[in-house]
Amino acid sequence: MPADTAPTANATGRAGLTGLAPEPGVPKPDPIVSGSSITRQFGGLKAVDVEHLEIQRGVITALIGPNGAGKTTLFNLLTGFDKPDTGEWSFNGKSLQGVAAYKVARAGMVRTFQLTKVLSRLTVIENMRLGAGGQRGESMWAAPFRALWRSEEQTNTERADDLLARFKLDAKREDFAGSLSGGQRKLLEMARSLMSDPELIMLDEPMAGVNPALKQSLLGHVKSLRDEGRTVLFVEHDMDMVRDISDWVIVMAQGVIVAEGTPDQVMADPRVIDAYLGAHHDTDLSEIDEQALAAEVAEEIETAQTEGEAKE
Amino acid sequence: MDFMLILRDSLSAAVGPAAIVYALAAIGLNVHFGYAGLLNFGQAGFMLVGAYGLAVSAVVYDVPFVLALVIGILASVVLAVILGVPTLRLRADYLAIATIATAEVIRFIVNSPSNADVTRGSQGIAGFAKPFHDLNPYGGGLDIGIVRLSRSDLWSATVGWVLVAICCLIVYLLMRSPWGRVLRSIREDEEAVRSLGKNVFAYKMQALILGGVFGGLAGIFLALRQASTIPSDFGTHVTFYAYTALLIGGAARVLGPVVGAMIFWFLLNGLGTFFGQLTSGADPILPEGLMDQSQASLVRFIVVGLGLMLLLIFRPQGIFGDRKELAIDAR
Repeated sequence: MPADTAPTANATGRAGLTGLAPEPGVPKPDPIVSGSSITRQFGGLKAVDVEHLEIQRGVITALIGPNGAGKTTLFNLLTGFDKPDTGEWSFNGKSLQGVAAYKVARAGMVRTFQLTKVLSRLTVIENMRLGAGGQRGESMWAAPFRALWRSEEQTNTERADDLLARFKLDAKREDFAGSLSGGQRKLLEMARSLMSDPELIMLDEPMAGVNPALKQSLLGHVKSLRDEGRTVLFVEHDMDMVRDISDWVIVMAQGVIVAEGTPDQVMADPRVIDAYLGAHHDTDLSEIDEQALAAEVAEEIETAQTEGEAKE
Repeated sequence: MDFMLILRDSLSAAVGPAAIVYALAAIGLNVHFGYAGLLNFGQAGFMLVGAYGLAVSAVVYDVPFVLALVIGILASVVLAVILGVPTLRLRADYLAIATIATAEVIRFIVNSPSNADVTRGSQGIAGFAKPFHDLNPYGGGLDIGIVRLSRSDLWSATVGWVLVAICCLIVYLLMRSPWGRVLRSIREDEEAVRSLGKNVFAYKMQALILGGVFGGLAGIFLALRQASTIPSDFGTHVTFYAYTALLIGGAARVLGPVVGAMIFWFLLNGLGTFFGQLTSGADPILPEGLMDQSQASLVRFIVVGLGLMLLLIFRPQGIFGDRKELAIDAR
């Protein structure tokens, strides 16, 4: 990090984002996650090709982009659920390269999934208890002896009940998680991930399949995460949500980060509009000179051919 | 038609050593499949290494009896580790293929004449169970009319049920704990469990070893009770019988496999005697053209299979299972 952007007293949290250049990969004054040259190739497709990425601590960062932009793949790479071809990244200054997913979670970086993964045949409260980290009763040797883990279980249950009340799931406490609605599952997944008290919480499309009434309360919950000092990174398609709650927006398209900035900056950025709608989206097709277009295409094909031959 | 005889044969099988062998094997499968969601189709392999661990070390290498028992148990632990390292990262259906193949490979190796100096080939090994049967305190067999067990079966059954009780207690204590919760969560969705910071591979390995040891105990018990062990005792059908017992009783319930094994053997033996009586004697009840005596001994499998189908259709959760819990799974 260059010396002139070293963290100062007012560079943390949202304050640190003011005045940052809205450029892809711009360094943040107080990054919690920082990564470089992360690539992931699926056959002939480069799903992720991120040159540099930094996520400011204590703010809500949105990761947006059209379908197939590589957002979820980047999520998987950062959390250890997938292995990149190249690249390095760190969390709180600790390198996470080649670190197993469960260790990433233990370090304080917990994720949720696009398709919610509640544990259907466990009750809601059991789902919550599972979320707590470092339980002694989860070791096979201590497990048969209840005295060794009873008090710990008690504390975890109290915490779980508090969180359930906060997420308005307390009425469902004893129900099987599989019987919850889609929106309630999203809430449960979020609440469960809070059981381990993570520093960074990564939400993969928290609004997908949630009814509008529940959306408002979900938005409130996400904001409250930031207000209690956590960092939030989320993938989302719902632009209203992005505009409403995010402090910083990162835009991906075809695996590359094409723009970054505050929501207003990003919405006005021509590169973002291009990525979503195509470069010629506001040109009337009848105005395009067909002859010129045909010549352009012919030239492109020719170049491609000569390049191909040169390679052989 | 002697209904008393049918009842006596059924009940004797249900409380006798045969049911115990399958109860132990099914308790192991319950840990694998019922709690951890590991589709292990090679339980017979675990039973085989347990039995042969005991028999080979005691007979071929002259190891003291108690130490040979320990070696039998350790053999099933070793098999679980060797099997687990490469296969536990596989999806459930691939694990099933890998385990059934492993169990068969082991059986063929033991059966092979080229290894006969150690395993005695298809002849099997005998002469290691004397210390076990010497401990028999009973003066005679048990005969209370509806249950009849020979002296050695009575002793085997006593030891066997104590063993079953201990295994059930271990499963009960483990599954009510946070450890058991992690295991059941892995059955539901291992990615979710991983995302919450649990080392899924280690838990699956622990479950595979625990269930494998129960399988090993089943094999050891089988070998001791019949005082010999041969490779054909451990064919694939053994695994499937154990699964049948588990499904009858209800998976993911502590007593499910035990009750399931008793019911399975009650039906199998009862039906065997029933059809045997229908076709035996100078003037059989069923005309010989319809069913002769050699067919009768096989018809029971058809009837038990039919019963299992009906059970899975009308009570898929087994005797003890929770229908609501199962219904959620059938999204």
